[in-house]
Amino acid sequence: MQRLPELICPAGSLPALKAAIDNGADAVYLGLKNDTNARNFAGLNFDHRSASEGIRYARDHKRKVLMAINTYARGGDSLRWRAAIDEAAALGVDAVILADLGLLAYAHERHPALRLHLSVQGSATNYEAINLAQSLFGVQRAVLPRVLTLDQVRHVIANTSVEIEVFGFGSLCVMVEGRCLLSSYATGESPNSHGVCSPARFVRWEDNGQGMDARLNHILIDRYGASETAGYPTLCKGRFEVEGHTDYVLEQPSSLNVLAMLPQLLDAGVAAIKVEGRQRSPAYVAQVTRALREALDQAGQSAQRFSVKPAWQQALAKVSEGQQVTLGAYDRPWK
Amino acid sequence: MPVPDFTLPPFGRRWLQRLPATPPAWLLVHSLNQLQKRQVLAADMSLLSGKTFAVEICDAGLTLTFRADDERFHTGNSGDAPDLRLAANLADFLRLMLREEDPDTLFFSRRLRIEGDTELGLIVKNLLDSVDWDSTPLRRFMQH
Repeated sequence: MQRLPELICPAGSLPALKAAIDNGADAVYLGLKNDTNARNFAGLNFDHRSASEGIRYARDHKRKVLMAINTYARGGDSLRWRAAIDEAAALGVDAVILADLGLLAYAHERHPALRLHLSVQGSATNYEAINLAQSLFGVQRAVLPRVLTLDQVRHVIANTSVEIEVFGFGSLCVMVEGRCLLSSYATGESPNSHGVCSPARFVRWEDNGQGMDARLNHILIDRYGASETAGYPTLCKGRFEVEGHTDYVLEQPSSLNVLAMLPQLLDAGVAAIKVEGRQRSPAYVAQVTRALREALDQAGQSAQRFSVKPAWQQALAKVSEGQQVTLGAYDRPWK
Repeated sequence: MPVPDFTLPPFGRRWLQRLPATPPAWLLVHSLNQLQKRQVLAADMSLLSGKTFAVEICDAGLTLTFRADDERFHTGNSGDAPDLRLAANLADFLRLMLREEDPDTLFFSRRLRIEGDTELGLIVKNLLDSVDWDSTPLRRFMQH
């Protein structure tokens, strides 16, 4: 039996954290209630008390807690980000997930015992970047953006001693994460700066009589027919008129789902598989964690005999954005 | 046991529509206030104060209207224009309450409508998600 990658699941609240652990996550990742993390949504995330309780719950079940501090500190205003790192260290999290080079340096110098993971927002897509983060800051794991093919993931792993974490399931970002400024064109705020693609106060869903209009800062970004599935109200997933045709211009709302290539990911030697969705509810966390736990365990027992169970696919398809799933960039046969 | 698929039949809807909406709205408001008093519902009332909410149970033809002030929830008038309107069938509201379904899933599949102040909707959704039923006598209903 081969060594399994860790299953890393999202927690936007204490019940979601418990749902992840109860259903077989090896580690959960969470953020504080401010713009120091990339799911800065009203009412979501943890304060000191709920984070302490979550960490205690995880410890009692011998699981890990990672804290995402993965937005970029604004010039002249990095105190909140530094305070978040200090708090993570004081809480005793198992690692912090950082993107900003200045914060990586701060954490490395101030808290040498604190384990550092390079966030997907850090946007390291090649082993040179990852090895540099290792030599400069002692980074022990890097999360790869969802733009690499399986062969490229293998190539990275073959050329670094840093652990590699990849996304296994969740709402798909078509951009190279950490390099997207698209939403700031509509709202002045972007994931890197404010921790959210489409800040809720800019979003309006309106019944137009025949369906639903989605607007971002008054800009019409999609118009759903009565029976069409909807997605998150982000510019990248909108439908726009280009040269007389109205359709998805950048991507159609969909979710990444790697179930079909779990044996290959295990064979490639990834250290961890991550589930997206700190903004989702405990019900999502429970359903997705349960399906991936079973699938990973089965793939670990025998890659040859591994087959994707319809029940797993159904569970994941149901909670998917746009209710369709894809292997994304992993499955690109061309070079 | 999961909530079975059902839609209230038209005769049920006609019957329910004849009843005043006040008793269910009162029950909802009373429950919210109890949960808040016991600190199960960790509501930051400053975020909700002055807002009016409408919960529309489509297949029952019923709209429950309530509002919040600095301290608690109150029943509202059905004529009040809500800041936030949530609309779904009874079975889907039950699934949300019992954490069988996640609201984003229901929204993607167009079974949950969210209209008005989207940020307020997110605050309410995340508030309900943060309730730790393990700490209440209701926990046995919340096991999966």
